[in-house]
Amino acid sequence: MARYLGRRLLQAIPVFFGATLLIYFMVFSLPGDPVLALGGDKGVSDALAAQLRSKYNLDKPFLVQYVLYLKGIFTGNFGVTFSGRPVGELLAHAYPITFKLAIMALVFEGVFGIGAGLLAGLRKGKLFDSTLLVVSLVVIAVPTFVIGFVLQFFVGVKWHLLPVSVGSDVSFRTLLMPAIVLGAVSFAYVLRLTRTSVFENLTADFVRTATAKGLSRPRVVMVHVLRNSLIPVVTFLGSDLGSLMGGAIVTEGIFNISGVGGTLYQAIRQGSAPTIVSFTTILVIVFIAANLIVDLLYAALDPRIRYA
Amino acid sequence: MPEPLVRQDQAHFFASLDEDVLAAVDAVDETEAPASMWQDAWRNLRARPLFWVSAAIILLVVVVAIFPKLFTSVDPNYCELQNSLKRPASGHPFGFDFQGCDIYARTIYGARASVAVGVLTTILVTILGAVIGAIAGFYAGWFDALLSRVTDIFFAIPFVLAAVLVMAMFRAHRNIFTVVLVLGIFGWPQIARITRGAVMSVKNADFITAAKALGASRPAALVRHVMPNSLAPIIVTATVSLGTFIVAEATLSFLGLGLPPSVVSWGADVAKAQQQLRSYPGILFYPAGALALTVLGFIMMGDAVRDALDPKARKR
Repeated sequence: MARYLGRRLLQAIPVFFGATLLIYFMVFSLPGDPVLALGGDKGVSDALAAQLRSKYNLDKPFLVQYVLYLKGIFTGNFGVTFSGRPVGELLAHAYPITFKLAIMALVFEGVFGIGAGLLAGLRKGKLFDSTLLVVSLVVIAVPTFVIGFVLQFFVGVKWHLLPVSVGSDVSFRTLLMPAIVLGAVSFAYVLRLTRTSVFENLTADFVRTATAKGLSRPRVVMVHVLRNSLIPVVTFLGSDLGSLMGGAIVTEGIFNISGVGGTLYQAIRQGSAPTIVSFTTILVIVFIAANLIVDLLYAALDPRIRYA
Repeated sequence: MPEPLVRQDQAHFFASLDEDVLAAVDAVDETEAPASMWQDAWRNLRARPLFWVSAAIILLVVVVAIFPKLFTSVDPNYCELQNSLKRPASGHPFGFDFQGCDIYARTIYGARASVAVGVLTTILVTILGAVIGAIAGFYAGWFDALLSRVTDIFFAIPFVLAAVLVMAMFRAHRNIFTVVLVLGIFGWPQIARITRGAVMSVKNADFITAAKALGASRPAALVRHVMPNSLAPIIVTATVSLGTFIVAEATLSFLGLGLPPSVVSWGADVAKAQQQLRSYPGILFYPAGALALTVLGFIMMGDAVRDALDPKARKR
């Protein structure tokens, strides 16, 4: 395990540097000047532009800027947005909200996806199964923002069942609808994955053995079939947590949630380049870290991986 | 011989003597060329209703995208404010949006942007990914090691986030080609990885060794023998990702970072519908429905093709 951990950590290092460098390269080599963009149509005076450039290290060569930025990240200094707020402060405010939302979405897609997938897998080819398959296809085909609008309109506006948007009131009740919208697409994938996996395991030798030695059907299904079917599902859920943490841009934007994605959504709408760059960089770090943790958990669960 | 003991409540089955089995074996014409994997898959595909439904949807959307004038004579950009949010009327079956534009015409003309982005991105991604992935998988060595690290880097950046970041910088140069380029830059690693895996599993097969023994050079073996046998997973992935690229374009347009407002696009129309949803739900329903139907068509096609190409799934 220690060897696997070491190798996996070593592999993450070039990915970290490569990804952050790529983001920096994309932002700074593309046309458009963030300092001039700040002034909008009015423009920025030369003196102010020069002052801003030296304040944000924009007057230094590309690689120097990159190294300075990395140094900041490792010393806990995430930089300052063009409007003067420290990015670290923005993050500290946004992360707990996004974390709560991501966990709720994950629980929703896990519980309902596995439950529905198990029932569909046990009844493969029946009406119930085909209905669920069609539903999952439709959920995958309809973009998240459309699902968001429709739920917001019916559940929030027409039937008054749940609050329409979140705003400053972050509670279980207000986050429930956004969490369902956020988890909807992954719910469909979990359902399909569980269904296929359950169906494959139903005909496996160990299931026949379990039935033959006289175990009851519920015990065979819940203990032998389900547990073995969950390995690919758990991997999917784990890597999904990484992407949920990293950017519910659309969902948080629609429901006016001031989490990481919502802040980024506002920054994009306002064209605030520094916030976009800092947030994206930090999100990539979170994403890499989440994937790393998932890989390690998975290796702990499945010995075949760490000895491969 | 004593009668076997028969319990009355128990069903009994007797295998019928079936001479047809041997007749079927005798009926096989040995002089005929054996059916290839593709012929088998096509025969299997033809029998699937899912394939015909998705083919019909895709055909319809493509015809609408190429010849929108066949379906409407109304200009999607001709809008009269006095028609704002009016309900369906004769000649305007879907009603009008907030600006007083005809929703039916906008839904018809919106197909072009979505299909163009989806198809062009898929072509770009497939060519780029298949060439890079095939070279890495076939020749291995340092190029392969480099590719694995590069795809790791691209996978570390969430797709939508990356597209948003680059498009935010492309703000002044937004058109179909920049959207395709941006989606393509972040879409190729997936196809490259799949191609690499498929090529690696084929390249040590006996028939490749045979081709080499008969004097085929390494590039010839790759192009003429390895690639045709690695195509199945590439085609399936490309079909499904065509649908996801259409969703990605709509998401970018929804965020105001995709196609410019002068291009009629389902994503942008859905984004505009958010405020007026309470006054007239049709304003959201029609562009969103058209978008979902198109994506559904491509995803179902990918599903059907995958099942047809996979002998394991076929048997069941």
